[in-house]
Amino acid sequence: MEMTIFVAGAIAAVVGALGVVLARNPVHSALFLLLTMATMAVFFLLQDADLVAIIQIVVYASAIVVLFIFVITLLGVDQHEKLVEPHPVQRWLGIPLGLVLFGLVLAITRDDWVTGQQSVVGPLDTDRRSGNVRQLAEHLFTDYVWAFEMTAVLLVIAVVGGVVLARRSGHRAVPEPEAEP
Amino acid sequence: MGARDLLDFVWVVPALPAAGAVVLLLFGKRIGEPLSGYLATATMALAFLASVVAFGALLSLDGHERQHVSDGFTWMQAGSFQVDMRFLVDPLSVTMILFVTGVGALIHLYSVGYMHGDPRFSRFFGYMNLFAASMLVLVLGSNFLVTFLGWEGVGLCSYLLISFWFERNSAAVAGKKAFVTNRVGDFGFMIAMFLIFSKLGTLDYLNVEQLESFELPGSTVTAIALLLFVGAVGKSAQLPLHIWLPDAMEGPTPVSALIHAATMVTAGVFLVCRAHPFFELSDDAGTVVAWVGVITALFAATVAIVQHDIKRVLAYSTISQLGYMFLAAGVGAYGAAIFHMVTHAFFKALLFLGAGSVIHAMRDEQDMRRMGGLTRFMPVTAGTFIVGWLAIAGIFPLSGFWSKDEILAKAWFDDQYALWLVGAITALLTAFYMTRQVWLVFFSPARWDEPALATEGGDQRVVHDESPVAEHAQVGAHGEPHESPPTMLAPLGVLALLAAIGGFVNLPFVDEGLEFLTEWLHPVFEGVEEIHATSFGAGLLLSTIALVVAVVGIVVGRALYRNGLTAEGNDPGEVRLGPFAKVLANAYYLDVGLARFVSGPATAFANVLSRGFDAGVIDRAVVGVGTLVRNAGGGLRRVQTGLVRNYALGVILGAVLLAGYVLARSL
Amino acid sequence: MLAAEVTPPYYLTLAAALFTIGAVGLLVRRNTLVMFMCIELMLNAANLTFVTYAKALDDIGGQVIVFFTLVVAAAEVAVGLAIIVAIFRRRQNVTADDVDLLKG
Repeated sequence: MEMTIFVAGAIAAVVGALGVVLARNPVHSALFLLLTMATMAVFFLLQDADLVAIIQIVVYASAIVVLFIFVITLLGVDQHEKLVEPHPVQRWLGIPLGLVLFGLVLAITRDDWVTGQQSVVGPLDTDRRSGNVRQLAEHLFTDYVWAFEMTAVLLVIAVVGGVVLARRSGHRAVPEPEAEP
Repeated sequence: MGARDLLDFVWVVPALPAAGAVVLLLFGKRIGEPLSGYLATATMALAFLASVVAFGALLSLDGHERQHVSDGFTWMQAGSFQVDMRFLVDPLSVTMILFVTGVGALIHLYSVGYMHGDPRFSRFFGYMNLFAASMLVLVLGSNFLVTFLGWEGVGLCSYLLISFWFERNSAAVAGKKAFVTNRVGDFGFMIAMFLIFSKLGTLDYLNVEQLESFELPGSTVTAIALLLFVGAVGKSAQLPLHIWLPDAMEGPTPVSALIHAATMVTAGVFLVCRAHPFFELSDDAGTVVAWVGVITALFAATVAIVQHDIKRVLAYSTISQLGYMFLAAGVGAYGAAIFHMVTHAFFKALLFLGAGSVIHAMRDEQDMRRMGGLTRFMPVTAGTFIVGWLAIAGIFPLSGFWSKDEILAKAWFDDQYALWLVGAITALLTAFYMTRQVWLVFFSPARWDEPALATEGGDQRVVHDESPVAEHAQVGAHGEPHESPPTMLAPLGVLALLAAIGGFVNLPFVDEGLEFLTEWLHPVFEGVEEIHATSFGAGLLLSTIALVVAVVGIVVGRALYRNGLTAEGNDPGEVRLGPFAKVLANAYYLDVGLARFVSGPATAFANVLSRGFDAGVIDRAVVGVGTLVRNAGGGLRRVQTGLVRNYALGVILGAVLLAGYVLARSL
Repeated sequence: MLAAEVTPPYYLTLAAALFTIGAVGLLVRRNTLVMFMCIELMLNAANLTFVTYAKALDDIGGQVIVFFTLVVAAAEVAVGLAIIVAIFRRRQNVTADDVDLLKG
């Protein structure tokens, strides 16, 4: 049963990823991304990562992808990208490099995919005694409270930054970047 | 205080004139004439006294003990190279300091009168004292480097004093010429020092035995000896570096007397004597020295016979006599060389000072063709000059006879008959040209009261020893010449006395019992093979021949110049020589030829080096480094495309490389 | 259906593949927004890896990391898009190639 879900999800994820990369229209890319995100959530659920899966859907799949689509629409960049690549080196070097990277990762790991100590932070709650959320929360608010608060600050900074960057200031014209020879 | 303790104070001898120089150069203007002159003379006189004390102290030691090194301070030290500032007091250096300070003091006194009225009076004496200090350091040095210090110092002072009246372009040029020519010689000296240090590890003076113990190859010893001789050739104006001495007559006459007759030019001979072990242990160096010396002697004597300027005759005469000294040193007769050096100092200084007196009286006229008949007006000058003339000609029993004869005898008894012959011919010429000079100046009928003569038909440049203050005289219009003041005459008298009796310090009689000087110098030249007369009779015969030669020279000279110039106003000798006279007058065109060579090929070669090599190769290399860096930077700069995608590519590339590294490690 | 068990290597391989696709996409596409999406893809692949390891090593730490990664990714997207908007407000086509002020 699990294998079926995995295979289906895997195919969907890969299709989504390829779609992001290959789609002409950016809006299509965004939608393909959405597909991949959703599949990720499924995988998370399969691996007993309940909270993370939900967060993935709520934050990634909806908020972030929607944000992308907003910006695309706002800037009107749904036009087609020109096919001709001005810097061929990117293609000719990039694709082989990617493949090489994939191959290297596989080669490095070979038989030992999983190495490392078991349960360093704390064991998973596999038999659902207290619940994944509770478990995660316990660690977040005790061991990692400092990091947790930092992320809160980070979010505030992001909000402020976003507002500052995107507003049109009245008296100051946004400088147009000049193309230099 | 023991003798050795006394000798530790030998540094006082050069210190006195050095102090005098400092005072006079800094405060001379304030001290003014004539006090600065007397001050300078006083330092020299005191130095002379100190030298006498040193002499006495050394004399009190036993013969073989007569060597004292007075410790100074460590001058330089770099790794294994160490040179100390120390003075060596031995018979040779004491002899030198005695006559340098003695004759020097006399000349200083003379200069007080001679330089009267000169605007830079005090500066002159400052330079003279500085010169004396340098010369004393030169002869007192206990190693080559201290001697070299003095060597350079006298070279500098020579330049300063020759071009003392630098307002006159010819004087400035002559000063430069002297300095540069000296430098050529100094180059040889320096290379020799480098060689000495690298082979021996020390620059101290050694004797023959000590040098032998190093067991250097013969070629090295010869090389060192010849290089040192190059330095001596420069300093002592031998062929081919003699060109500066005649021009050096641009300087005031006392300068010519002190520096270019008695002291500085003898430094070359001194050096050869000090470095005698190298010449003794080398097979050929001595021969080279002797032949260069005797050829120079002959050459200079031939040129002297047609010179019109009173000082130039003496200049060439100096070159010639120095040649004799080198002849002696070359055959190993160092004692004879020093003997002649001392007697030459006496009579040559005397002759120069006398010439100065004449020039002064003739209101700076130096052309002998316009002199004549001066005995009546300048009896003291004439008398002392005559003594000098007879001494240099080699007339018994004056000093020159003994010293010159000794040199020739040593040459003969060393079986070097060719050297003897050339020396004898030169002696004939010496007597001849000096007689010519004496007659033209003193005994021939007066020509200075005639109106201006027909201008000389030669290419000779009459060197003018005049200060800018004096007028260029037509003598007749200004009255008769007069005798010089006492400050000038007294030194003449003393020198005349010394020139007369100076020979008696080294008489070749009584089986060397009366050869005081040679005996005195013996400890310095230990290990040198002595040359002995084969028999007393042979020695006597040679002396007689020498005397006859001198007399013949005098007789011929008198015969030719009895009436001064010819009826047409020409020099009788020149007339007889015909076209050859011009060659002689221009010193065989050596000077001219050298000037042409330097301005022609030498300059061209220098240009090649300067433009081709220096600018082309070296500058290009240096600039090239900069250009290389700039170009490399320019090339590398193209990595910064400004495109994010390229940078991302770089990141992925890096990641791939890292992964590859990890893989390689885990394999 | 398929009898084999889904072991961690499966997920990890998938994650590696997704990461590579994202990387290549980043290099090849010129549209800035699409490039950004590729970056998100890579982040997701990393998250999957972490979660897999959390399961495999029986360690809650992996999920904690994913939590934080998600937060940071959200913040990053917000700011990044704001920057893109700020830069490309006037233009109609946004290519990464147009921003080359730092060209040396």
